[in-house]
Amino acid sequence: MALALQQLINGLTLGAVYGLIAIGYTMVYGIIGMINFAHGDIYMVSAFIAVTGFTLLAALGVSSVPLALLVVLVVSVLFTSVYGWAVERTAYRPLRGSTRLAPLISAIGMSIFLQNMVQLTQGARVKPIAPVLIGGFDLLTIDDFTVHLAYSQVLIILVTVALMLAFTFVINRTSFGRQQRACEQDRTMTALLGIDVDRTISFTFMLGAMLAAVAGVLVTVYYGVVDFYIGFVVGIKAFTAAVFGGIGSLPGAMLGAILNGLIEAFWVAYLPPEYKDVATFAILILVLMFRPSGLLGRPEVEKV
Amino acid sequence: MRKNILLAGLSLLACTAAYADHLVAIAGPMTGQYASAGDQIRKGAEMAIADINAKGGVLGQMLKLEVGDDACDPKQAVSVANAMVNKKIVFMHGHWCSSSTIPASDVYNESQILMATVSTNPQVTERGLKNIFRIMGRDDQQGLVAGSYVADHFKGKKIAVVDDKSAYGKGLADEMAKAIEAKKVKLALRESITAGEKDYSGLVSKLKSAGVEVMAFGGYHTEVALILRQAQQAGLKLTVMGGDTMTNSELVTAAGAASDNVLFTFSPDPRKNPAAADIVKRFRDAKVEPEGYVMYAYAAMQLFAQTAEKAKSTKYADLEKTMRAGSFDTVIGKLTFDAKGDNKLPGFMVYRWTGGKYDYVAK
Repeated sequence: MALALQQLINGLTLGAVYGLIAIGYTMVYGIIGMINFAHGDIYMVSAFIAVTGFTLLAALGVSSVPLALLVVLVVSVLFTSVYGWAVERTAYRPLRGSTRLAPLISAIGMSIFLQNMVQLTQGARVKPIAPVLIGGFDLLTIDDFTVHLAYSQVLIILVTVALMLAFTFVINRTSFGRQQRACEQDRTMTALLGIDVDRTISFTFMLGAMLAAVAGVLVTVYYGVVDFYIGFVVGIKAFTAAVFGGIGSLPGAMLGAILNGLIEAFWVAYLPPEYKDVATFAILILVLMFRPSGLLGRPEVEKV
Repeated sequence: MRKNILLAGLSLLACTAAYADHLVAIAGPMTGQYASAGDQIRKGAEMAIADINAKGGVLGQMLKLEVGDDACDPKQAVSVANAMVNKKIVFMHGHWCSSSTIPASDVYNESQILMATVSTNPQVTERGLKNIFRIMGRDDQQGLVAGSYVADHFKGKKIAVVDDKSAYGKGLADEMAKAIEAKKVKLALRESITAGEKDYSGLVSKLKSAGVEVMAFGGYHTEVALILRQAQQAGLKLTVMGGDTMTNSELVTAAGAASDNVLFTFSPDPRKNPAAADIVKRFRDAKVEPEGYVMYAYAAMQLFAQTAEKAKSTKYADLEKTMRAGSFDTVIGKLTFDAKGDNKLPGFMVYRWTGGKYDYVAK
């Protein structure tokens, strides 16, 4: 029982991180119909910016944890959104209007480029930071097992919930959100109505990168180590979550990510952990067999 | 214009063909998550080759280094091996991951290229290949030493054995489990994890709920660092027993103070070899700490140079015969080989990390 509760906490934390990244995949797919494979690496870049930020602040003698977190978060979000913009501008925009496969290949290329760039400039070694947020709450003890909720886990879950609320507001209530949804539905018509489609797409990439940046900072706080390779596995998991929930759907991506995190956590606790990823993907396939467009995805309807 | 480029290309080709150096190669994870080990190998080999060339090379010719990057991926290892064969190398130090060394060694064997590796999986030398020599111990020796130590020194504590599913990690963990059970100690848990992830909180909860205090781990240091850090966050005090990969100081930077709970087995520390003091000092002067595989790479190049000098040839058949029969003075000690190609150096010692440095555990 205590183990289950502990794994619920761990699973939700993991799901929240996947979710922040999954949003980036699903939004880009929604607006230009491609999978941005470099998105996981954008997250990796943001984790590196976070490590640099924390190290610099520690060197400058900033000892207040909330202040350090806030500064790093802001800096990381700013820089990473520039990366998001640049990736779209250089790798995808020139290919708009070509075959569907061309941007896919340039996405893979961009992913390799970012990985190798970070490896060459930052080195191949693991970059650790001193623990930023130490300690947590002991929730309850059953049979010598104490359920532990780390402060960093609280932070991850709270920040994710807050961001999701803010994000839903932006998409549903602001003029940018309306333009974004219009582009998803029909890019040509949107352009005819005088909306700058390219700019909207750029903003979408930046928004996705910002969420990935938040995930990067939170993960750095939580796990304390980053290397140039972390984007790959997490990217694949987040992409899976986006497909699970229905690619193109924002609440779907979040739901898929949380389910993904929970499945992983509970499978590891009670069943052979070496089959964890097999289980995740088996469940994904089952879901797709009965709901081909994912849990919350709507099938595409050709309007005549 | 095009003609000029063509001509330039041709003359370049002619240049490479006229090159008369001995091409020796290293291969390992130069990129990817274990790239720091590849970096150690490269630093060691570069220094050795510079030293050998400064003394006039081998048989009057200079050594030239080729670097192959397999990223610890078996498929990439085979294509690196094919590329190296095309470049006509005479000696290979590598690969590093057992799962890369095993498929690549078949390619080198076919093309008759001599290799010396630090891969520890028993299968590396158990397949009857004549071209492969091992300058490191084997996982079955290593697992026995590690497992027995755990069983003897942590009596009454619950012990788990965990591996990362790699050829190296699983092989080592199986041997550790065997050695622990041979001492009539029951394992509390036997688990596997997926390497390359960041979240091991599930494993940590499971260890915690089983009351495990000691984890014998077959795998790489990157995962151990994460497990330790997450155990600390979850309020679990965990002692880890690992293998030779734990020599990497990344473990300390990543796990912080928790790395003081890491024990591991490794060949006797080459840095403690009095005969190697001068080379250790020169590495440190060059801002390279000769930890982990650095000295082994240096020794591998010495091994080749001495074999070629003794055989007075760089032909495969001569090299192979001389290496198997001879005895060679290297920075890691006197190397001699048995019929399988395993070396007869003294086996494994148990080490402990303390305050960012590793040393033999107190007896």
